[in-house]
Amino acid sequence: MTSLSSRVAARRVGSGLFFVAMLVVALLVLLPIVIIVFTAFKPVAEVNAFPPSLVPGDWTLDNFTRIFTELPFARLILNSFVFAGGVTLCALVFDSLAAYALARMDFRGSRVLLVIIVASLMIPFQATLIPIYQLVAEFGWVNTFWGLIIPRAADAFGIFFLRQFFLSLPRDLDNAARIDGASEFRIFRSIVLPNAVPALLTLGIYTFVNNWNDLLWPLVFTTKQEMGTITSGLTLLTGPSGIVPYGVMMAGSLIAVVPLAVMFLFVQRRFIESVASTGLK
Amino acid sequence: MTAPTASRPRYRPPAQLGGRGPIRGRAKRRLQIAAFLAPALAILALFVFWPMLSALRLSFTDASGFGREQYIGLENYVEVFTDPDIVRSMGNTLLYAVLFAPAAIVLALLLAMAINSPRLPLRGVFRTWLFLPFIVSLAVAAFAWQYLLDPQVGLLNYWLQVFGVRIGNVLQDPVLAMPTVALVAVWKSFPFYMIVFLAGLQEIPSSLYEAAKMDGAGPWSRFRNVTLPLLGNTTGFVVIIATIAALQAFDQIYVMTGGGPYKSTQTVVMQIYQSGFKDLDLGFASALSYVLLVATLVLSLVQFFITSRREKDAS
Repeated sequence: MTSLSSRVAARRVGSGLFFVAMLVVALLVLLPIVIIVFTAFKPVAEVNAFPPSLVPGDWTLDNFTRIFTELPFARLILNSFVFAGGVTLCALVFDSLAAYALARMDFRGSRVLLVIIVASLMIPFQATLIPIYQLVAEFGWVNTFWGLIIPRAADAFGIFFLRQFFLSLPRDLDNAARIDGASEFRIFRSIVLPNAVPALLTLGIYTFVNNWNDLLWPLVFTTKQEMGTITSGLTLLTGPSGIVPYGVMMAGSLIAVVPLAVMFLFVQRRFIESVASTGLK
Repeated sequence: MTAPTASRPRYRPPAQLGGRGPIRGRAKRRLQIAAFLAPALAILALFVFWPMLSALRLSFTDASGFGREQYIGLENYVEVFTDPDIVRSMGNTLLYAVLFAPAAIVLALLLAMAINSPRLPLRGVFRTWLFLPFIVSLAVAAFAWQYLLDPQVGLLNYWLQVFGVRIGNVLQDPVLAMPTVALVAVWKSFPFYMIVFLAGLQEIPSSLYEAAKMDGAGPWSRFRNVTLPLLGNTTGFVVIIATIAALQAFDQIYVMTGGGPYKSTQTVVMQIYQSGFKDLDLGFASALSYVLLVATLVLSLVQFFITSRREKDAS
């Protein structure tokens, strides 16, 4: 009896220790995010004070006003939305069209085409950046949204991912519609797409986050400050002098993270599941 | 599967049922299929496949973006494998991969097991919480860590000093700079791998653990003999994608060290960016790009075989 209750007690203590250990780990993981949030609201004197503190003594919005004077930040925010949103929208439309053809319209060579598309997944964009840049330059698209968006307006992963999802949808519905004389586009738009909303949302989130956070891409395709994104713009703050205006940088970083954080809060479950399913394919 | 022939059951489009000639119906259908595929295929052809060939061609030239380019044979490739700076950037990339991948994977697996354990109170909260770094860009993560580790005003640096650990200016230290930029990537990337592991863990039937317990297996033995073997393919997948990600290291290095000090954090992609977009040595940068491409391709093929094996196991 005593041994049983002491084992229960030991289990309780074990659980408690486990919980505390995880809490410590989670706090450490959160530290960089916490430092962004708090530093963004600190006055300059506190940002550069020794010994450093975590929580601001005085809360101020100075860093936020300064980021809008040091960088064309309103424009950068707009650019980030247009770039990441544009890529996401185009990719969803073009990928789903192609995926529909590959999943639903049997045609000669569809398997070969699929293999070629999947194979292109293995090409890292960093390795083909120079010819892509040359093309974009040839079209006169450097420093334009076209240059940022069009090369990414369709991607192999999205096509493959949506094709797999379309295959999992029952064919009875679209066959019934076909007998009724509905066109392929009609079936695609009114039957397959509405049933694929979860997959489209998943792919949309994945694409948006990746592009919003990308640094190398906007760095290469924009040379004018006012065509950059938030991510690429912020890197301009670290001047060659080596003096880093941390407060302003954290304010900018906070603004960069907030839209994704809001999106994350709204679609938290889907967000995490989407990561798992894109990872697992 | 053999090439599709007439024997394969094919859906007959309504146009044919509607009394129009089969020839016209078939042509119309081909046109339809083409219309669905055209936008995506045009983009992929122009911005993925053509650049792949173009980069290969460029890698044999002395292209600089100006004037006429000449074919110089393997000269760029010879330079890639003999120039000490470039060889070093490849070595640095491997060092980065060795520092980053194992740390990120082990951390991800441990935390996935923790947030999968029914004994952890507030499991759901931890899942959300630990996932948060995923939404932070590597560049922004780099800013935050740079401030935390600042030798004068960094909070983490100060806390370590309180415990008697002096790390100094890690980003100016040729030995410590690389582990530091790897640490930032570990922080940013482990949530993704953790979620992939979590999905894998959830597929292991709990009856196996019950059975192992009945046989008197302790926690370590259950991990060794149940978790690890059943997670094998997931682990293989994570190892490959983490390694591929490591080969592409750029963002936080660009922000935190710019490749320094003394080129100690200069990676292959940093070098491609430098050679291709700063020095405008397009031919040379393309040759280096191809080394990256081939390395990635090899890893991807390994991954492909692991994934297909996993699918075979699953069915």
